[in-house]
Amino acid sequence: MATYRELLARVKEEIAEISTLDAHERLASEDAPLFIDVREPDEWDEGHIPGAVYTGRGRLEQRIEGLVPDKSRPLVVYCSAGNRSAFSTKTLEELGYENVSNLAGGFSDWKRNGFEITIPRALSPEQRARYSRHLLIPEVGEEGQQRLLDARVLLIGAGGLGSPASLYLAAAGVGTLGIIDADVVDESNLQRQIVHSTERLGEPKVQSAKRTLEALNPDVRVLAYQERLTSENVDRILGEGWDVIVDGADNFPTRYLLNDASVWHDIPVVHGSIFRFEGQVTVFAPKIGPCYRCLFPQPPPPELAPSCAEGGVLGVLPGIIGSIQANEALKIVLGRGESLAGRLLLFDALGTTLDEVTVRKDPDCPVCGEHPTITEYIDYVEFCNAPLTAASELD
Amino acid sequence: MALVRIPPTLRAEVGGRRELEASGETVGDVIDDLVERYPPLRDQLLQQGGLASFVNVFLGGEDVRTLNGLETPVRGDSTVILLPAMAGGS
Repeated sequence: MATYRELLARVKEEIAEISTLDAHERLASEDAPLFIDVREPDEWDEGHIPGAVYTGRGRLEQRIEGLVPDKSRPLVVYCSAGNRSAFSTKTLEELGYENVSNLAGGFSDWKRNGFEITIPRALSPEQRARYSRHLLIPEVGEEGQQRLLDARVLLIGAGGLGSPASLYLAAAGVGTLGIIDADVVDESNLQRQIVHSTERLGEPKVQSAKRTLEALNPDVRVLAYQERLTSENVDRILGEGWDVIVDGADNFPTRYLLNDASVWHDIPVVHGSIFRFEGQVTVFAPKIGPCYRCLFPQPPPPELAPSCAEGGVLGVLPGIIGSIQANEALKIVLGRGESLAGRLLLFDALGTTLDEVTVRKDPDCPVCGEHPTITEYIDYVEFCNAPLTAASELD
Repeated sequence: MALVRIPPTLRAEVGGRRELEASGETVGDVIDDLVERYPPLRDQLLQQGGLASFVNVFLGGEDVRTLNGLETPVRGDSTVILLPAMAGGS
């Protein structure tokens, strides 16, 4: 029967160790190791090695393969002094990890050397409860949830698409939601615009949405812009700094204005549009993918554009398309998954079919192409058969 | 015969049909066949003898402008998707 000291000494003989000086140096190298923190949660909250992954010792065996699927990846395991992590290093070797070292002297020695540390902003107990289903997903986790809380998403329109998108983004804990809409809540909106309600009739949509979203989640701050996006205000509003824009506009002038501005401000746009039973959704990401003008270089002439107000729309359709938009926005914020950039989804609610077509970046695009011909904002007017003001009132 | 998906914004021009069969060796032929049978479609799809700049035509999921344009060959079992810009979001 071995004592603790004997067991520790034996384990340390069997594992590889690395000094904090060497580990720090390797951080800057091409094969930088991934640091695995096996301390208690409160120790992690007080500070950890930048870029480290947290998994307490108690759940190391259960969680590590989800966190680090590649068993050849170089790992450095640490605790506060290098003893608990020695046992964890041994465990990882037994699980087949090929290149694991124990950090000799641990986090205490790291700090003594004056190396950089990260002090995480811990989630409150209420936030841990609220976002518990996110925290359980490796692709989100505590770091992803903090990203969501720090994120700023701008929604164009608090209507059919903006309603479900804003509700899911707020529920997910996106910390700042900007909403632009000049309209007030009308009875004909309530068949699909679920962020509003009967008691809000006549209220500005941005105020109604703000009340609903902030009541849903107190972590969310809603910035209300009760105005129409124009060439006059677009630089001011987009210049306030947004990680992603969710486009649920109801007219061509706004869509083209937003496209040009988002290319120039370098902000990705999650684009959705709906008509009767059919919806389209994609992501326009400046620089890496096509923009709206790569797909449609210019709007149709007014006499051929479908009337905005007369078409009608199945109430649930914006729920589906707007939710896909929220999904894309969350992925962009989290930096996870495959975005819809370069792919346009076409959803048909009558047949319940989903088609996908490829959208390529056009080198001759008038805005994002190699030799742009559009370099300032264009205020298109009267795109719908009805004048814009009337379309807006009827929306 | 190729199958042509008619977008909701153009269905009024084709009697409400969601899909139509059309014949032709190329995308241009298929569109000619359609506009011959449904003349109101002409202004919605064609401009100065070419494809209108506000309409996209996809064959096998690819924009025909990135293939061979109206000259792109069409097989009998091809599906052609017509896709005009659509602005609605509210």
